[in-house]
Amino acid sequence: MSDSLIEMTNAQLHYKVGNSISAMMGLPSTVKAVDGVSLTLKRGESVGLLGESGCGKTSMGRVLVRLEQVTGGSARFDGKEIGQMKGAELQAFRSRSQMIFQNPFDAVNPRYSIRRTLEEPLSNAGIKRGEWHDRVIAALELVGLGDPEQFLERFPHQLSGGQLQRVVMARALILEPEFVVADEPVSMLDVSVRAGVLNVFRDVRDRLGLTAIYISHDLALVRYVCERTIVMYLGRIMEDGPTEDIVHAPLHPYTQALVAAVPTPHVDQSHAPLPIGAGAPDPRNPPSGCVFRDRCPLVQDRCASDIPQPRKIGTRLVACHFAGS
Amino acid sequence: MPEAAVIRKPRVLSRVFSAVRLPVGDPFAVVGLVIYALFIVTALSAPLIAPYDPTEILYTENYDLASDLLPGEEGHVLGTTSLGRDIFSQIVWGARSALLVGLTAAFMVAFIGSIVGLLSGYFGGWVDALLMRLADVAFGIPFLPFVIVISAFSEPSIWNTVIAMALVLWRDTGRVIRSQVLSLRSRGYVEAARVSGSSDLKIILRHITPNILPLSFLYGSIAIGWAILTEASISFLGFGDPDAISWGFMLQDAFNSQALARQAYHWFIPPGLAIILVVSAGFFISRGYENLLFPKLGR
Amino acid sequence: MTTLLSVKDLSIAYKVGSNDVVAVSNSGFDVPKGTIVGLVGESGCGKTTMARALTRVIADNARIAGGEIAFDGQDLAALPEAKMNALRWRDISFIPQSAMNSLDPVYRVEYQIMEVLRDRGGMTRRAARARAAELFEMVGIDKGRLRDFPHQFSGGMRQRAAIALALALNPKLVVADEPVTALDVIIQRQILDQLRTLQRELGLSVIMVTHDISVVAYTCDRTVVMYAGKVVEDCDTATLLNRPLHPYTMGLKNAFPDLKSAGSGVLTPIAGSPPDLADPPDGCRFAARCPFAAELCRSTEPAPLEVEKGHIVACHRASEAAQLRLEASKPQTWEAMA
Repeated sequence: MSDSLIEMTNAQLHYKVGNSISAMMGLPSTVKAVDGVSLTLKRGESVGLLGESGCGKTSMGRVLVRLEQVTGGSARFDGKEIGQMKGAELQAFRSRSQMIFQNPFDAVNPRYSIRRTLEEPLSNAGIKRGEWHDRVIAALELVGLGDPEQFLERFPHQLSGGQLQRVVMARALILEPEFVVADEPVSMLDVSVRAGVLNVFRDVRDRLGLTAIYISHDLALVRYVCERTIVMYLGRIMEDGPTEDIVHAPLHPYTQALVAAVPTPHVDQSHAPLPIGAGAPDPRNPPSGCVFRDRCPLVQDRCASDIPQPRKIGTRLVACHFAGS
Repeated sequence: MPEAAVIRKPRVLSRVFSAVRLPVGDPFAVVGLVIYALFIVTALSAPLIAPYDPTEILYTENYDLASDLLPGEEGHVLGTTSLGRDIFSQIVWGARSALLVGLTAAFMVAFIGSIVGLLSGYFGGWVDALLMRLADVAFGIPFLPFVIVISAFSEPSIWNTVIAMALVLWRDTGRVIRSQVLSLRSRGYVEAARVSGSSDLKIILRHITPNILPLSFLYGSIAIGWAILTEASISFLGFGDPDAISWGFMLQDAFNSQALARQAYHWFIPPGLAIILVVSAGFFISRGYENLLFPKLGR
Repeated sequence: MTTLLSVKDLSIAYKVGSNDVVAVSNSGFDVPKGTIVGLVGESGCGKTTMARALTRVIADNARIAGGEIAFDGQDLAALPEAKMNALRWRDISFIPQSAMNSLDPVYRVEYQIMEVLRDRGGMTRRAARARAAELFEMVGIDKGRLRDFPHQFSGGMRQRAAIALALALNPKLVVADEPVTALDVIIQRQILDQLRTLQRELGLSVIMVTHDISVVAYTCDRTVVMYAGKVVEDCDTATLLNRPLHPYTMGLKNAFPDLKSAGSGVLTPIAGSPPDLADPPDGCRFAARCPFAAELCRSTEPAPLEVEKGHIVACHRASEAAQLRLEASKPQTWEAMA
């Protein structure tokens, strides 16, 4: 058994957009949601995928649970190409790899009771009907819903957002997967209940030894959950390394801006202007060379022609020609 | 799992019924429902209600042809036709063929449209392209002439008329359901079902179909009215089934016999009124459904 | 410092079916001239309803059920609609959460700004055009983009344009409803910086509605905390964050991740959920989730009191706040409530 569970090599996910008219007007017709990403996840590792909307973090997560398939390069799970799995192999993958969705109100069928929602994965995995009840109860207990019997026959609209997100988590965990992608699981929740869901996530991950990807735009949340962080921008990885190092000494100019921009609940803030240009570019038409160059304070001629490859600097991989020098 | 199948059945049924609520909040729809109820009862118990066979040529006690009797004469509630047939019995039996035409057409339209919409919206790609081009073709077909041509070239029967109508009318249902499926397909719970390993068939049956059933019903109920109207037009124009007594056939019969010129109101007004009542009741009900499904559209 | 706006005892009720749901009940706060006041709370706490009531743009089924909104010597709660309308935009303007709601997609941005300037400000076409350019410069958008349509703008630019629109007629008060919630952190920070700079330069008064304490910490001079339709605490932001008096505020701080803290810390949730506003409990509305709730809290509703100068709180145990803060900083205090 190899040490790594997830391997992406030069993975690409390009979408076709627009129609023949926009093509005639010379508009680019592909969005490169993920463009040449390589990464390896060790078993039991949790990694935060950090970036702004449209940076490709959610697309990466969707590729890894096969809601999308790479259009180039490779994405492997336990040594097997995810997009090429079929039949029994795919069925096994479906119970080994799961996703926790962003919006709990959308992620469960409003017509189904909590019990039926949780039974669906069990039935798909061919678990004997006799075991269902106990498994459902165990899963609800796992995510911290005390007195689980009372939830079984309730419907989603009778639960609060925090409770519902725990149900979504229970559904993802009920088959005891090895790998979980959590896509901004608390962004739709109120602040006072977020902490509860995050704590359950951390707790369960440690208890089951999960390999996890936590997708978020909020560095403070990623820091709370993951020991390693990957920063993405326009479909590419900018920086990859231990979270604490990234928080305290970001190397890539984009990461530096991101860290500086995170608001904190303290009044004594310097209000220093951010070291970054204002507008994010059109994802259909990213800059040549380094995709970040039109907002970068370190930009030089070379950035327009050469795509920076990830370089090892200390504990980290940084995709910048000039960072750290 | 034979025992499981037994337990599941009533649940599926109850879910279908819970998905299809009756629009009882809307007074117009309630009127429509009452008319429909009367209409259906009449159609089902036609042999009990109708005093005569609608095609039977009747004679008076003096063995004269019982033709052109006025309402009330010789015990004929609505009088008789020029051929000596009882008009009231024809109206009653006409309800039966109208019900038959309306329901089968509605069922076919809802069924074909839903299947097309589901396949097209869920699978996308070439399936979608093919089915939607077929829908485009159906949109290009002029409805009444097409039905007339099919009815005229095939054996004249109510079934051929119904099939001809269904071949055209599925297009609206299919399009609307497809767009609904497209938006359902990207819902979180559908994606969650995919991630947890549910097959396409299971996702379609469990997560998508229950959400489109009300739409199928809406379009089916609209199709009832269309079908009855179309059948009446076809029969009136003389392309209908000569053996089936329908309201359209009655109008044609009355027209051919110069009932209008002879001011035999009792002959052509009842079938005309029956068509208007049933068709508008159908539209009242579908309007009620629409308000139920899309509450924001109303007012 | 003079007070520009003073909301007293305001109640706003929604008609839901045959019931009245009181979204804001007997609540008030002051906005001193030239300050940014934050209105924070979780979804359903009444902050947005309250903010919208200030411009009297509320839902069809909502009504102001009582209280007073004193603005510039007038009571906005009782003002006839025609007078209120004359005030809107000229004296009080609004920045919505999604700028797409204030920009019409079929008109050029310039036209929309000029329309406000000409219709409401009575400017000539030439003056309006010049002012539009000036406004764009103020909010940091290139003047060349004035002739664009809203869809050609990025999210951040749209929000800037919405700010420009709100500032068009030099209003005295700007009500901003979650103005940066939908934006990415970097853009969010840039917009907040812009807003603060403009506020200082123009001496504006701003009400900032948000659910995010860090946004409040970054921008607001004073902060009003709402819970379940009531104002529970109201003081200057620094004091609120360092020495909160209300247990809800203390709990909210514990639940919030902090990038500046040393370790990853432990976040502590507030167990339970807010009460149903159609049937609010007797006593303090936070009592059911409060680890310090006493008998009195469950029976009698605490009135908002100015316990220290400029620090208003509605809590029976406010006098013991120093001790409670100590307790509240321990996770087990809150875990015991779960």
